[in-house]
Amino acid sequence: MSKARLMQGNEACAEGAIAAGVRFFAGYPITPSTEVAETMAKLLPKVGGKFVQMEDEIASMGAILGASLAGQKAMDATSGPGFSLKQELIGYAACAEIPCVLVNVQRVGPSTGQPTAPSQGDVMQTRWGTHGDHPVIALSPWSVRETYDATVMAVNYAERFRTPVVLLMDEVVGHLREKVELPEAGELELYPRRTPKKTRAEGYQPFEPDEDLVPNVADFGTGYRIHVTGLIHDNTGFPVGSPEVTENSIQRLHEKIARVGEEIIHTEEYFMEDAEYAVVSFGGTARTAYEAVQNARKKGHKVGLLRLMTIWPFADKAIERLAAKVRGIMVAELNYGQIVHEVRRAVNGQCKVELCGKYNMKAFEPAEIEAGIDALCGEA
Amino acid sequence: MERSYEKYFRQNRLPHLWCPGCGNGIAMKAIVEAIEKKGLSQDNTVIVSGIGCSSRASGYMDFDTLHTAHGRAIPFATGIKLANPDLNVVVITGDGDCTAIGGNHFIHGCRRNIDLTVVLFNNNIYGMTGGQASPMTPLGKKATTAPYGSVDRPFDACHLAEAAGATYVARSTAFHEKHLVDMIAGGFENKGFSFIEALVQCPTAYGRKNKLGSPANMMMWMRDNAVMKAAWDKLPEDKKIGDKFPIGCFYKAEALDYDTAYDQVIERAGGVAK
Repeated sequence: MSKARLMQGNEACAEGAIAAGVRFFAGYPITPSTEVAETMAKLLPKVGGKFVQMEDEIASMGAILGASLAGQKAMDATSGPGFSLKQELIGYAACAEIPCVLVNVQRVGPSTGQPTAPSQGDVMQTRWGTHGDHPVIALSPWSVRETYDATVMAVNYAERFRTPVVLLMDEVVGHLREKVELPEAGELELYPRRTPKKTRAEGYQPFEPDEDLVPNVADFGTGYRIHVTGLIHDNTGFPVGSPEVTENSIQRLHEKIARVGEEIIHTEEYFMEDAEYAVVSFGGTARTAYEAVQNARKKGHKVGLLRLMTIWPFADKAIERLAAKVRGIMVAELNYGQIVHEVRRAVNGQCKVELCGKYNMKAFEPAEIEAGIDALCGEA
Repeated sequence: MERSYEKYFRQNRLPHLWCPGCGNGIAMKAIVEAIEKKGLSQDNTVIVSGIGCSSRASGYMDFDTLHTAHGRAIPFATGIKLANPDLNVVVITGDGDCTAIGGNHFIHGCRRNIDLTVVLFNNNIYGMTGGQASPMTPLGKKATTAPYGSVDRPFDACHLAEAAGATYVARSTAFHEKHLVDMIAGGFENKGFSFIEALVQCPTAYGRKNKLGSPANMMMWMRDNAVMKAAWDKLPEDKKIGDKFPIGCFYKAEALDYDTAYDQVIERAGGVAK
């Protein structure tokens, strides 16, 4: 019997989370992410996990942070308006180094916007939404199967780096139904919860960085009696009003992720061997861009596609390599222009960078991106 | 004099940052006395707090402690309890933290009857930020943001907790320290959402703004105006006047707590509870 199943991106996200070991989910209903919560409500108790529908978006974020500190891998899912509300505790998770995964199935904003038409308008909010300097990891899948894989990856990164990871989906992929074959349990590599390497008697300090700069914070209830706070703290976990500690702490939060470099920056190239022009895209829009690039090739344009799966940290090196190779880049994204600014920064004037943006409730048609490619190649 | 409670404090974090004469220290000590009285394990008890004067208590207490964001202690505590039901979870919060910015979380924690013991240090004001009016500042009392007296009708947090579904509701004061310990211990006995309001004096902000005198005077006001529930219930309505207010356990109910209820969900779904 075939193991193939028909499912939507949001369901694949829930399945991936459970396969990755998530046993606690707190959420609040919001389209177009609700199916993630609904699927978790159904599946979690079957594996002994727990689902709780909280009173609001902030509470659900608080609940997953509490559950994570008590030792469970934890996840929450939302869309734009809820994502705005969760920013406070995303910052808390970054500062207090609490592993958690937050899914944002984007819709048109600002504000209540256009529920629940597709958009990729939360790229910059994902990076800078919470106040203060902080790192973030964000992954943006382009298919149902990749949503499953990206969710597993998000859980692993959250645990490994003890940082919030955003699964930045869009309505196109969230509600897309595709035939998928999911891996068997046991085929996946899972990053286990980090545990203390010292006892209290040996002078354990919960926020003392390990060799990879990530601390091995003890779970609550394991006898370490640790203190966790959103105030800037030293290795003991207690707040200190010291310029030196503050500087070191903010530096380490960034460095623990920056130091692994390309390892967590996933990109894919298509038709790039002889390309003189390139389209850069991500998420659901990259599917349309893929078809548009194929069509443009039939017309004789030497164009390729660079797809970003990791959105943050930004793929600077991949863009730099691209800029050294092609005469022009077009960024296709379902917004007024967000990733394009990052691409321009990384290109640094080496070639021209155009935007193919859209923000009228409709996903891209291949012809629209093709027209952009025609203009990009024609002007050369 | 026996000082058995000292082991519950992180000696290297003391002295605390509260002002001389503040009632928070009394309420914090009452919590550890109740913990000792009920024999709760230090390694198996988590103290969760929000933001404000009250919420600094968590840092001084030698347990697993969590100083969360403003108003959010109850959601964090909910996640902790559900993730590890073996833990005793105690929430320390203030009048602003619990009933203003955290008001929604408070009523929904009560509604779920999640097994937490929430102790609200009510100093009638925002102390940490210098004396602004809170939802529990009495009518007519002054604050930096109510320079002509507060016209906002205050919450009775005990009424609120009971109406929202808490299964144990009590009030005491910093003056009635032994009674406060008993009220908190009663909360630990209840498997469900327990709420204890501890009235504490804030001589620096609330007291000074309202010319209430020394910390001792503020505590004598508690002594003179608090009425034990049994006596309060017998008091005719026309005598429940002025500053008089009741203390004691106001409400107790038997109801399924959220975590036990969720175990039934796991059973119905065919899963095995951890």
